[in-house]
Amino acid sequence: MSSQVTIVTGKKNRGGGFVLSGVAWIVGILFVLPVLWMLLTSFHSEPNAAKNPPDVAAPLTLDGYRSFFSTGPWPSIANSLTSSILSTVLVILLAFPAAYALSIRPVRKWTDVLFFFLSTKMLPVVAGLLPIYLFAQSVGFLDNIWLLIILYTSMNLPIAVWMLRSFLSEVPVEILEAASVDGASLIRTLRSVVAPVVTPGIASAALICFIFSWNELLFARVLTGTVAQTAPVFLTGFVTSQGLFLAKVCAASIVVSLPVLIAGFAAQDKLVQGLSLGAVK
Amino acid sequence: MSVDSKSDTGAKAGRRRAAARSGSQGTMMRTAGDWARRGPLLPALIFMIVVTQLPFVVTIIVSFMNWNAYYPDDRGFAGFANFRRVLTDANTRHAIWVTILLTAGVVLVSLVLGLLIALLLDRRFRGRGAVRTMMITPFLVVPVAAALLWKHALYNPTYGLFNGVLKWIFGANAPQPDWISNQPLWSIIFALVWQWTPFMMLILLAGLQSRPLDVIEAAGIDGANQWEIFRYMTLPHLRQYLELSALLGSIYVVQNFDAVFTITSGGLGTANLPYTIYQTFYTAHDYGRASAAGVIVVIGTIAIATFALRSVSTLFREETGK
Repeated sequence: MSSQVTIVTGKKNRGGGFVLSGVAWIVGILFVLPVLWMLLTSFHSEPNAAKNPPDVAAPLTLDGYRSFFSTGPWPSIANSLTSSILSTVLVILLAFPAAYALSIRPVRKWTDVLFFFLSTKMLPVVAGLLPIYLFAQSVGFLDNIWLLIILYTSMNLPIAVWMLRSFLSEVPVEILEAASVDGASLIRTLRSVVAPVVTPGIASAALICFIFSWNELLFARVLTGTVAQTAPVFLTGFVTSQGLFLAKVCAASIVVSLPVLIAGFAAQDKLVQGLSLGAVK
Repeated sequence: MSVDSKSDTGAKAGRRRAAARSGSQGTMMRTAGDWARRGPLLPALIFMIVVTQLPFVVTIIVSFMNWNAYYPDDRGFAGFANFRRVLTDANTRHAIWVTILLTAGVVLVSLVLGLLIALLLDRRFRGRGAVRTMMITPFLVVPVAAALLWKHALYNPTYGLFNGVLKWIFGANAPQPDWISNQPLWSIIFALVWQWTPFMMLILLAGLQSRPLDVIEAAGIDGANQWEIFRYMTLPHLRQYLELSALLGSIYVVQNFDAVFTITSGGLGTANLPYTIYQTFYTAHDYGRASAAGVIVVIGTIAIATFALRSVSTLFREETGK
């Protein structure tokens, strides 16, 4: 009984609780292990990386990273940064006013509008890809980073609207009424009253949009070529590479994942709230 | 567009309220107030309609056309031929089946695992933050990188970690299975479960931590045992969180392209619908058939989503009701 209450109340106790903590640790280690393995392998020489059974204690080297960077990944990393950052800025600029219109003194039928936004996330992207491809082809817009920026904006806008709406509905109505009594304009109210309250929300929405744009593969693969290629597309060059390049493949995966890993660890708590579209506080 | 026409009737009520509040002001002013309210919404709404709805309308049109980029002279109206070909094609039917298996498998397994791990992490213990951070890591690896990791560093039959561990345990004569060739679909499901369990776990953990503890403690004092508390209090409380994580997980896993593309390149019978459509359009250049398959995916998704949204909308209603 005592160990049972432990789980429920979160109080610490000996015995069963100790075992469960051990299990939790083991599960956590199992989940992180593949990533640690990738990290370790990236610092091994190619012959050592391909050993079976693996040589965990093999000497560390930067060869994997050197050979990855010698393949010229910088343009694609720069493209990923450009498209992710610019589309995130566009998303916030569009989503913030929209979320305002949907939360504080919302327009009529605001739930319908909100679900319209969510429903666009349910349309499989492949179903709209062909017309976008044909359109881009006919106006000479293929292999252009701006096409990705626009598509990434549309991909993340619904998420940002949902998230920001849930943050904005936490702004006390009294403050807004006071502002309107004082004669503040809409823009001024947004800038000086609402924005400070929701800045953390905007930051986490921006972070999630950045991560999704950075990770995106399908659009980038179909719509870009050599000029506007992004980092994930660059990574697909390793899909068929054979064992001699394992350290390089691991180094490449680590480098490309690094921005997302850093951003994600920095905002762990906000991540859940954002990914659940603000439905989980 | 439909949103606007609907809001017209609603706007009257809004105007009436506005009029009651501000006394007797001109109609012009009230209309201006409505537009001030709607205005901030319009850029985002118009942007979304143009970028996501318009292309889909074109997809529907193309799905009724004969259009293969290799045969430009053959372009024309095809009626339901594309749909008939897609639905009678063994490959596409298999892809539909794979999509269902993949989505249901990944979502169900990661949901159950996520729930168990969330229950483990709901207790206070030394290093809980560290374990949580370790758990999140799989979700933060770029999907293509994660798929490469599984394909090359873990599953590979000659130098992958899995077979390396088998050699550690059983010595030089250990079995060395070729994981991806033997179980291609499970290989993909397993890699995706690894990626999605953290997501499910995080949402369910947030759900667990929002339980009213005093009520649960009272139930414990009243003699309810652990299972009863879980079954009759925790689980009903978690229901919405389970639904939410299943819905969001499904939205993303149904559309999975990265893992299928990277781990098997759609080979060995693992091509799901997004991959098949990608191939029909990108490799075979059969625009009509690709569009018909896309329309079928959307119809299927809408059918499932309508059902799923109904349960989730109660979740959001409760949240907004506060």
